[in-house]
Amino acid sequence: MNNDMQLKSLIEMSATDVRKCMKCGKCSGRCPAFKEMDIKPHQFVTLLGQGKVEKLLASKAIWNCLSCLACVERCPRGVAPANVIEAVRTTVARMQGGDGITAEEIPAEVNEMIPQQLLVSAFRKYKK
Amino acid sequence: MVFSYYPGCTLKNQAKDLDIYARKSAQALGIEIKEIDEWQCCGGVYTSSPDDIAPRLSSIRILAKAKENGGKLVTICSACHNVIKRVNDDMKNNADINLRANNFMQLEERYNGETAVLHYLEMLRDEVGFDNIKKAVKNPINKKIGAYYGCLLLRPNGVMAFDNPENPTIIEEFIKAIGGTPVVYPFRNECCGAYASLKNKPLADKKSSAVLSSAKGHGAEMVITACPLCYYNLKRSGEDLPVIYFTELLAKALGVDGDE
Repeated sequence: MNNDMQLKSLIEMSATDVRKCMKCGKCSGRCPAFKEMDIKPHQFVTLLGQGKVEKLLASKAIWNCLSCLACVERCPRGVAPANVIEAVRTTVARMQGGDGITAEEIPAEVNEMIPQQLLVSAFRKYKK
Repeated sequence: MVFSYYPGCTLKNQAKDLDIYARKSAQALGIEIKEIDEWQCCGGVYTSSPDDIAPRLSSIRILAKAKENGGKLVTICSACHNVIKRVNDDMKNNADINLRANNFMQLEERYNGETAVLHYLEMLRDEVGFDNIKKAVKNPINKKIGAYYGCLLLRPNGVMAFDNPENPTIIEEFIKAIGGTPVVYPFRNECCGAYASLKNKPLADKKSSAVLSSAKGHGAEMVITACPLCYYNLKRSGEDLPVIYFTELLAKALGVDGDE
C-alpha cells in the first residue's frame, strides 16, 4: 500500500476529525501511560493531520496505550486521540509479522488468578 | 421485574463470586435475571475502527437475543458492558456498520439497536431504587469503602451515559444504601493498567498500586469493583487493601451470602 492509501485508510479507521485539535495537550496531560509513550496522544493527532504515516506506524506507544479513553473524555474539541492510536495499532497488527503479542508470550504461570477477560482483551488488542 | 442477563466468560470462571452473589441479591430483591441461552463471548474489547465488523458480531447476537426476550439486557462485568453498549450504539447510529453486520448475520429480523443495555448498578439505581435497597438491608456494612470505577463503565461518556465521568456518584450512593461510608479518593476513575498486565506488567502494577494507595491514603478499609480485570490487577499490585466485588458486599448486606 502506498503512502497516500495508507494515510486515507488511517484517517477512515480513526473516524475522528484531527483538524479540530487546538493543541492544548489536555489529552497527554491526562494519559496514565504518558511516560511509556514514545509518541504522546496529542502527537498522534498532530502526526495524522500532517500525514506522517511512517512515523506513526513505527510508534512503540501503540503497545502501551491502555485504551482507557481518558484522552477522549478530556478533549474540549471532541477529538478522539485514542481512536487514532487504535487505528495505528490495528494497522500494524494486521501486517505480516506485526503482532504485538504471540501465544508463546503468555506467561507459563497462567494460573487460577488470570481472568479470561485479560487473555481475550490483550489478544484482541495486540494481535489480528 | 424480568431482565435478560449476560454473565460473560470470566463470571463463569475466575469471577464466579461476582455472578453468584448478583443472582442471590437479585432474588432477594424480587428481580428475575434470566441468563441468555447459548451466549458467546461479548468480544472482550470494543474496537473503535469502523471497518472492524467481525469483532462486533458476537455482541450483536447477544443484543438480538435480549430483544426477543423483553428487550432489557443486564450486564455485570464492566468490559462486557462497555463492549455490548457501544456495539448497540453502532447498530443504532452507524448505518454502514448496521448494514454490513446485518447482511452478514442474516437474522430473522434485522437488528437496529432496539435493546436497552443496563449495568447491574444501573438496574439497582433506576429499576429497584437505592431507597428500596436500603429498606431490604439486614446487615449494614459498617465500613469505610472506596468505590473503584475504572474506565470501562464511564468512558466514553457520550455512549455509556453511566454517570458523570469526572465525578461519578452511583457507587457511592450504592455504598450508602448498604450501610457503608463512601470514601471519595482521586484515583477512583483512573485506569488500573488494563490488559497491559499480560505484556507490560510493571506498567499495570504502577497504575494499580497508585489506585489502592490513593484509596488507602483517604481512609478506605476496602475497595469495591465491578470488573474482573481491575480486580485481578489491583489484587496483584502488592498493596494490602482488600478488593471485593460489589455484588458480594450487596449479598452480605441483604443477608443472602450464605450457602443456603
